[in-house]
Amino acid sequence: MSRTLVIAEHDGQNLNPSTAKCVSCATAVGHECDIIVMGSDIREIAEQAAAIGGVGKVIAVNAEPLGNPLAVNFAAEVVAIADDYSHIMGPSTTFGRDLMPQIAARLGVNQVSDIAAVEGTHHFKRPIYAGNAIVDVTAPDAVTVVATVRVASWKAAGNDGTASIEERTASTGPSDHTRYIGLQSGGGERPDLQTAARVISGGRALGSEENFELIYSLADLIGAGAGASRAAVDAGYVPNDMQVGQTGKIISPDLYIAFGISGAIQHVTGIKDAGTIVAVNKDAEAPIFEIADIGLAADLFTVIPEMKALLS
Amino acid sequence: MKILVGIKRVVDYNVRIRVRSDGSGVDTDGVKMSINPFDEIALEEALRIREAGNAEEVIVVSLGGNECQQQLRTGLAMGADRAIQIDTAGRLQPLTIARAFLKLVEKEQPGLVILGKQAIDDDNSQTGQMLAALWDRPQATFASQVTLSDNQATVVREVDAGLETIEVDLPAVITVDLRLNEPRFVKLPDIMKAKRKPLDVIALDELGVTSENDLQFTHHAPPPVREKGIMVEDTAQLVAELKNRGLV
Ligand SMILES: Cc1cc2nc3c(=O)[nH]c(=O)nc-3n(C[C@H](O)[C@H](O)[C@H](O)COP(=O)(O)OP(=O)(O)OC[C@H]3O[C@@H](n4cnc5c(N)ncnc54)[C@H](O)[C@@H]3O)c2cc1C
Ligand SMILES: Nc1ncnc2c1ncn2[C@@H]1O[C@H](COP(=O)(O)O)[C@@H](O)[C@H]1O
Repeated sequence: MSRTLVIAEHDGQNLNPSTAKCVSCATAVGHECDIIVMGSDIREIAEQAAAIGGVGKVIAVNAEPLGNPLAVNFAAEVVAIADDYSHIMGPSTTFGRDLMPQIAARLGVNQVSDIAAVEGTHHFKRPIYAGNAIVDVTAPDAVTVVATVRVASWKAAGNDGTASIEERTASTGPSDHTRYIGLQSGGGERPDLQTAARVISGGRALGSEENFELIYSLADLIGAGAGASRAAVDAGYVPNDMQVGQTGKIISPDLYIAFGISGAIQHVTGIKDAGTIVAVNKDAEAPIFEIADIGLAADLFTVIPEMKALLS
Repeated sequence: MKILVGIKRVVDYNVRIRVRSDGSGVDTDGVKMSINPFDEIALEEALRIREAGNAEEVIVVSLGGNECQQQLRTGLAMGADRAIQIDTAGRLQPLTIARAFLKLVEKEQPGLVILGKQAIDDDNSQTGQMLAALWDRPQATFASQVTLSDNQATVVREVDAGLETIEVDLPAVITVDLRLNEPRFVKLPDIMKAKRKPLDVIALDELGVTSENDLQFTHHAPPPVREKGIMVEDTAQLVAELKNRGLV
């Protein structure tokens, strides 16, 4: 049986675009693929999943305790149907990174993390060392392949699907050792970093939470998402969900503009897949200029107001 | 309660690594090696829990060859009470590492196992979750705040959407993110003291753990390089260039 199961990510309302990207990766493997949607009251999300091109069927596991994405409960549902699949894939987002190794360990297999390219049914490429090396990984073909898909490397599959939806009841009760308390989301109304076509980021040089308004106002002017370096997050200028890089979000916008970011490897690894990288830094020797497509050695506090004037 | 902390020896985060020209791996000869940065944070958290009176003993554990004793000694100098090296020659994969941790867990009966959220060499981000699954105990990954009370931990997790809070019963596995704490610096007298702290060596097969279903890493290559960009003189040129390329 050669068939891939993709695990849907959603927030209770909408399917996360990471799911359609995983379907692209699954399609590249060459097998037919199904999607499992887990949650409470998920009919609409299952329909969104069914509309993704190239999907065989959508398995909707609807149960109240699945309303919160606890890995322990989700893993149990996936493992319950794992026998039907040769490959199980989830996104390399925090959701997938939390969940997929649970599934792999329960199946007794190692996990391929961050698939960036598919070379064969069991042969993949993935980055290691913060993207400074690309390694060819071969998974044993006698056991299930469990993998995360590096979402920044994949385009979303089309929206022309008409998959059937199969409802399933939960196979096990929820765990009693782990309890979900709540989510405090930092993000405002701006485009999501992992899917935005344009992203404007600020670094330590911004100096304060108030000064980040400069970044936000420029971002809003051109409909961009707003990101940050770790230094800016650590300093408390912005919430953690804005961090771009090895340990934040790996993103692939068409346009990325970095203001006052030095270009540490841990940051750069998060933006290498961007179409065009622009850097504004007052230090002409800053390492960010080594990877920038367009560089401007200048003070961001003069450049941003000038850009706003020229663009509005 | 005891706390087990995983410490991996990795290429220091400041090093610009080079891929060997024969594709066999990453050049580590003469390269500075350190404790995985996340594991320092894991250890710092364990020490703070002990110092607050919520744990009696902090044990640092590393799987690797004798060279990883260096990182274990640093962990002891930071304040861990004892160290265990699980001696193994090969480059182990997370499932095997998680299985080895499970054996230690059975032996030591810790209330918490604290690991890094990822090792910065292989960027796997798997070991803690795998251990939690095998042990059938809770996992709280990517922790940026840990509060202990009544045999449970309230953990704030850094997730893509923001900060998520969960509550787990102990024993549990926690994997830590960068903003959990700032690790202390090691002082010279502590390095001397650390030399007298116990460091046990156990062979991997003594634990009854063997690798299976390993992935094969067949070839390593440097990443594709981006083409050299241009420098512009001022904001007007920058905006003109962006418009030219149809980006704004
Ligand atoms: C394990 C680990 C993981 C990490 N993960 C990440 C990650 O995911 N993402 C991340 O970003 N970092 C990460 N880091 C941190 C990374 O190493 C750098 O410390 C961080 O990216 C630096 O942020 P910065 O560029 O904003 O600050 P700095 O390095 O301090 O750079 C500030 C820059 O602003 C410029 N500047 C100052 N004033 C002005 C001005 N007025 N106008 C224009 N330019 C100005 C300066 O010339 C300088 O280049 C990680 C580190 C470790 C150890
Ligand atoms: N060889 C090792 N020795 C000790 N701890 C390890 C080892 N490998 C991984 N770990 C722990 O597991 C965490 C996650 O590693 P990984 O799953 O490889 O990204 C690390 O931060 C360590 O805490």
